[in-house]
Amino acid sequence: MKYKVIDGLRYTKKHEWVRQEGGVAIVGLCDYAQDKLGEIVFVELPDVGAVVEAGKSAAVVESVKAVADLYSPLSGTVTEINEVLLDQPETINQDPYGEGWVFKVEITDEAELGNLMDMAAYEEFIIKEEEE
Amino acid sequence: MSEAKKTPFYEKHVALDGKIVDYSGWLLPVQYPKGLVEEVHDTRKRATLFDVSHMGEILVEGQDAEAYLQKLVTNDLSGMKDGAVVYSPVCYPDGGVVDDILIYRINDESYFLVVNAANTDQDYAWFKENLSGDVKLKNLSPEYAQLALQGPNSEAILQPLTAEPLAKMKYYHFSKDVAVAGVNCLVSRTGYTGEEGFELYCLNDDAAVLFDALWESGKKHDLNPAGLGARDVLRLEASMPLYGHELSKEITPLNAGLDRFVAIEKAVPFNGQEALKQQKQNGLKHKLYGLEMLERGVPREGYPVQAAGSEIGWVSSGSYSPTLDKFIAMALLDPQIADSVKAVEIMIRNRPYRAKFTKLPFYRREKL
Repeated sequence: MKYKVIDGLRYTKKHEWVRQEGGVAIVGLCDYAQDKLGEIVFVELPDVGAVVEAGKSAAVVESVKAVADLYSPLSGTVTEINEVLLDQPETINQDPYGEGWVFKVEITDEAELGNLMDMAAYEEFIIKEEEE
Repeated sequence: MSEAKKTPFYEKHVALDGKIVDYSGWLLPVQYPKGLVEEVHDTRKRATLFDVSHMGEILVEGQDAEAYLQKLVTNDLSGMKDGAVVYSPVCYPDGGVVDDILIYRINDESYFLVVNAANTDQDYAWFKENLSGDVKLKNLSPEYAQLALQGPNSEAILQPLTAEPLAKMKYYHFSKDVAVAGVNCLVSRTGYTGEEGFELYCLNDDAAVLFDALWESGKKHDLNPAGLGARDVLRLEASMPLYGHELSKEITPLNAGLDRFVAIEKAVPFNGQEALKQQKQNGLKHKLYGLEMLERGVPREGYPVQAAGSEIGWVSSGSYSPTLDKFIAMALLDPQIADSVKAVEIMIRNRPYRAKFTKLPFYRREKL
């Protein structure tokens, strides 16, 4: 497949990923999304302490040509944001699953994680989306 | 909506892995794998090839061709020589814009017009409606392909393919019936990037041969393909207007700061002349300004612009500029307020971001 996916992460239909680390979830944008957007030039981050809701816009990612919302995969309080992105938003293009993470959120409802796709399901989802 | 059309270069774009989008009913690449930013750099520093076959071409012929065009366009064509190209808006009687076009003078009885893709049918209808005297119109758009070869290496790429002495071709001039790799072309030193370059027109049937020849010659001169995304950013950097953004039925050429392309005192009355005179006398409600963001944020078309808490206009085009590494915008603002303040705020998702005025064009190539 053309797009990178990683085992052990959970994925949304809007192409966000989640990595669980204890009681905190790290959230980022999938390789598929960064490729579709192209060169990212601006990221608007939530404030630390902000309460985000699953399925609601929590950040904005802009490429030269497009504006995209990043929808929070989980509900909870933002504990940390990736400030590197403010000056180097292209980090998301370069390393979407690593240095390009966007924010961390406190997990309040473990069940929400269960609603997300695992790698195999997400892979299938992308292939279908590509066919359309 | 009818199905989107393919240009004769469609297969080339696919082979080059271009990201195809539907633009004004045409399937065209918005960018190639190198990406928009690199395509802009390639154009400024080396050379790029754009498929601009979506542009429309209309031939105007007849004894009264010049008089007819003089009534249609705002610029003055009276001093035009054969082989010259002139840019001009075309206005409705109320000063609103039908389109902005290029006029190629083949001779005083034959003119080749290049119009915007989205406006081709609207233009053709308008030109027909205004017909007078001995004038014949021919819509050549379905038969013609167009390539734009842009960037400092353009001449080095094109010259080996033709006997035409390109060094002698001046900016905004053209030659007709030029053999390029054996293909009959109209070649002009024009472009929509603010860079040195050429535009080549040929029949659809010859398009593939022309493309391959340019591509082959370009290998020695770092030629890369570039898409519509780069083209839009390049024209914004060079502050060239785009119909639907800086010009429209509601936005006149004077609003867009195109005064030097409006011969307001032209001896031949033209569509929009009285309305534009009036507008000039009454003072403009909106005028085009250049803005540069003082804080990081992407200004985009339609975003409101504020000064001292009140709205004074909107962004007509905005983007990240790879050449300047800045966020830039053209905006239509109330000059009474804009001329009395140093900075404004662009509203991005309901939050104000500071921007300062900057002279247009944002980018001007260094002339040798």
